[in-house]
Amino acid sequence: MASSSSSPIKDAKVLMVGAGGIGCELLKTLALSGFSDIHIIDMDTIEVSNLNRQFLFRQSHVGQSKAKVARDAVLKFRPHINITSYHANVKGPDFNVDFFKQFNVVLNGLDNLDARRHVNRLCLAADVPLVESGTTGFLGQVTVHVKGRTECYECQPKPAPKTYPVCTITSTPSKFVHCIVWAKDLLFSKLFGDKNQDNDLNVRSSDAASSSKNVDDIFEHSKDEDITQYGRKIFDHVFGYNIELALSNEETWKNRNRPKPIYSKDVLSDELAKQNGNLDNDNASGDGLSVSAMASLGMKNPQDIWSLKENSRILLEALRLFFTKREKEIGNLSFDKDDQLAVEFVTAAANIRAASFGIPLHSLFEAKGIAGNIVHAVATTNAVIAGLIVIEAIKVLKNDIKSYRMTYCLEHPSRNMLLMPVEPFEPNKSCYVCSESPILLEINTNRSKLKDVVEKIIKAKLGMSLPLIMNASNLLYEAGDIEDDMVAIYNANLEKVLAELPSPVTGGTMLTVEDFQQELKCNINIKHREEFDEEKEPDGMVLSGWTQPVSAAENEDKSVSNGANTSDNNDEIGIVSPLKKRKLPDDSDKSNTTDDARHNKQLQVIDDEDDLVMLDGDLDGFKKRRVS
Amino acid sequence: MDGEELTAQETALYDRQIRVWGADAQRRLSKAHVLVYGMKGTIAEFCKNIVLAGVGSLTLIDDRMVTEEVLSSNFLIPPDENVYSGKTIAQLCCNSLKDFNPMVRVSVEKGDLSSFDVEFFSKFDVVVVSCCSLSAKKLANAKCRKASKRVAFYAVDCRDSSGEIFVDLQDYKYSKKKMEETIECHLNYPSFEDALSVPWRALHRRMSKLYFAMRVIEKFEDIEGRSAGEVSNADLSNVLKLKRELCTSQSLNESHVPDTLLERLVTDTTEFPPVCAVIGGILGQEVIKAISGKGDPLKNFFYFDASDGKGVIEDISDSNAGK
Repeated sequence: MASSSSSPIKDAKVLMVGAGGIGCELLKTLALSGFSDIHIIDMDTIEVSNLNRQFLFRQSHVGQSKAKVARDAVLKFRPHINITSYHANVKGPDFNVDFFKQFNVVLNGLDNLDARRHVNRLCLAADVPLVESGTTGFLGQVTVHVKGRTECYECQPKPAPKTYPVCTITSTPSKFVHCIVWAKDLLFSKLFGDKNQDNDLNVRSSDAASSSKNVDDIFEHSKDEDITQYGRKIFDHVFGYNIELALSNEETWKNRNRPKPIYSKDVLSDELAKQNGNLDNDNASGDGLSVSAMASLGMKNPQDIWSLKENSRILLEALRLFFTKREKEIGNLSFDKDDQLAVEFVTAAANIRAASFGIPLHSLFEAKGIAGNIVHAVATTNAVIAGLIVIEAIKVLKNDIKSYRMTYCLEHPSRNMLLMPVEPFEPNKSCYVCSESPILLEINTNRSKLKDVVEKIIKAKLGMSLPLIMNASNLLYEAGDIEDDMVAIYNANLEKVLAELPSPVTGGTMLTVEDFQQELKCNINIKHREEFDEEKEPDGMVLSGWTQPVSAAENEDKSVSNGANTSDNNDEIGIVSPLKKRKLPDDSDKSNTTDDARHNKQLQVIDDEDDLVMLDGDLDGFKKRRVS
Repeated sequence: MDGEELTAQETALYDRQIRVWGADAQRRLSKAHVLVYGMKGTIAEFCKNIVLAGVGSLTLIDDRMVTEEVLSSNFLIPPDENVYSGKTIAQLCCNSLKDFNPMVRVSVEKGDLSSFDVEFFSKFDVVVVSCCSLSAKKLANAKCRKASKRVAFYAVDCRDSSGEIFVDLQDYKYSKKKMEETIECHLNYPSFEDALSVPWRALHRRMSKLYFAMRVIEKFEDIEGRSAGEVSNADLSNVLKLKRELCTSQSLNESHVPDTLLERLVTDTTEFPPVCAVIGGILGQEVIKAISGKGDPLKNFFYFDASDGKGVIEDISDSNAGK
């Protein structure tokens, strides 16, 4: 197995998607193992926080293409192999099925669900085996996907991003993360984001309607209003008045600790005036991201937990800096974890709210991690996972099907194992991606528009980016590069309800939906239904027969997620869901199984502490395959 | 730990890993001194990992000159004769590692493992040895144990597509998170010599076959006066003969040490790069745990074999013999 001269490796043409944490390790290990024709795609550029583990990159490379720098670095110790780098998005049109077909195996080191699904579909369409991977902290996994042999990446449901009920965020926070979501998605957006966007900041149990107009005026900053006055007004409104208002609803606090209103005068007394006097001659330059409230208040350590007073000072100073140094951006800002001033504002606001609700305060460092959905990452796990990817890739190239394994890298050993191999599962026969099983859409065909189906189902749930929709042989809609006269027709169709389309869609219709780039085609059977439960079926339609994300919502209420953690991480894995239990098939050697009764079972429950984390959620898979 | 704070530069560079192990662990790492002996591919991987993690210093020892075999699995050495001629492996690796993280002091020492005394080992918090004989491992481990402070000792051996890690943390106290609280734990490790003296028949029946296979080959090299890894297919019949003798004297059924496994380990002694990555990664993680005093360390052997994909921990110590 070890020989680097064996031809399946040397002759193989492999595609790596991702040149980040796993990618750097993988490219190195592939090169050392004798691979000599490697193509690597990554759209990202190098950042300082990558350097602790992406060892092919140096400080001097910050800002450059990851794929290109990784290639150059590996060629230094393996000068005679071919590495082709692409500084591009794998979802781009150049990387179509024909492009994928030239490879013997595709190796993923990606950081988000969206790209993983896309690559999965292209690998299926091109019939190229895929080795998929992910890590977070000390945990990681490697899986093998071969069309028709093993399950595809989408055969099992993936955990959806964690979401929280709106009322928990707006009225009854009990954890620090609730305060962060409030500070980031409500307060920060309200003050600095798009004014036209819906915002639940003022939605409260009872009298929201009567006060809402008045409330909107409070957040509006008029040109001649003194910024310090404005800041204290906002402070008193959201941390004082709003809490008083919430307290008046006795029902809410029957079984909860009552929050305490906080007013700026109680926290800051009169020293604010003095402080602001000094701030007028601060030396913060006007160039966007370098403005910092911590710097102008002389605070250095992001690991410190600030007092309520310090948080209040940071909040008001951050607000002042936004309005004085970054005025042009106001109205267009969205929270960005690399925006120091935004992180300072959100940390301070979340901490003041936490203080109000008796929740422990957190440092800026911690708050940034929570607010930015920053995935924990260390070099060692990536190195281990990259080694395991190469081992699977070699098996795939040798067509050694019986030896394929999915491997989990664990933090705490299970049955003495830190690296636990499991036999891959068979394809899920009802997977709409890798089998051709139709899906069922229940919908009110007299009320729902084609647009609703495209946005809520075809794009959001089926993950297609450039869909084409047919009813029998009639084309209803096509996205992408099409002629102008057709665009007008399709746009008109989008606004029509289903039953009134040129070729009407009613109960019993079968729609064919295709994405040519992904070469994915599926059939949707339409079933007409009059009524939908607004609470439980907010889309006004129900899709079944597809692999649904495992919902991490705390209840069925309307909910808020903590940012888009499927797309904007710059780390190795996008989707992580902590689970209390999981089940793995026992692959122990039967002839040796004598020592413990538990080992004789087909399956064993691993009931560890609640820090055991399942990656990329194969939870349902394990449940379904449970054998008693 | 004293309250010295991480610099802004450290916080920015180590952001993602501080989120895994905490700022206090990062401070301890930055004060730790690590020694490695024998720069094969697995150790190159390990060095990369702990230099990236930000240890205080790393000292390398390997006086050998570059050979084809060394180049095959060590990505720290550029395969350019103009660069590597006249320099030892340790010197070449040192130059590459310095680049990975300017905040870590990487340096070179010269000499044979057996020539270093207790005082020398006392300068380090962690000692990792590889490519050395049974007696050299025992001796180095014993010297680390005699040091005035605790020196964590690790021995690594990779052959073909499998590898072994031995860990001796002596009397080791650490903390770990259990649910919401932090609990204090205590482990007592045997020395390499004491672990090896545990009778084979006393070990549990699912013991990794690699443990026995490694002992047979190690013993064979020791008897024959070979250096580590200096075996070939020509030795197979003698290795199998030794296996039978050892199994008989230890009252162990020979099926626990399959001939096919020994054949694999004897035939191909060169390292397999993916296994270097796995073993070097696990070793890096363990050393980081031992330095930071956080999380369950492995006790006291670890095995990985690419042929079955399992990464297994085996506890081989007296107190555990009856298991």
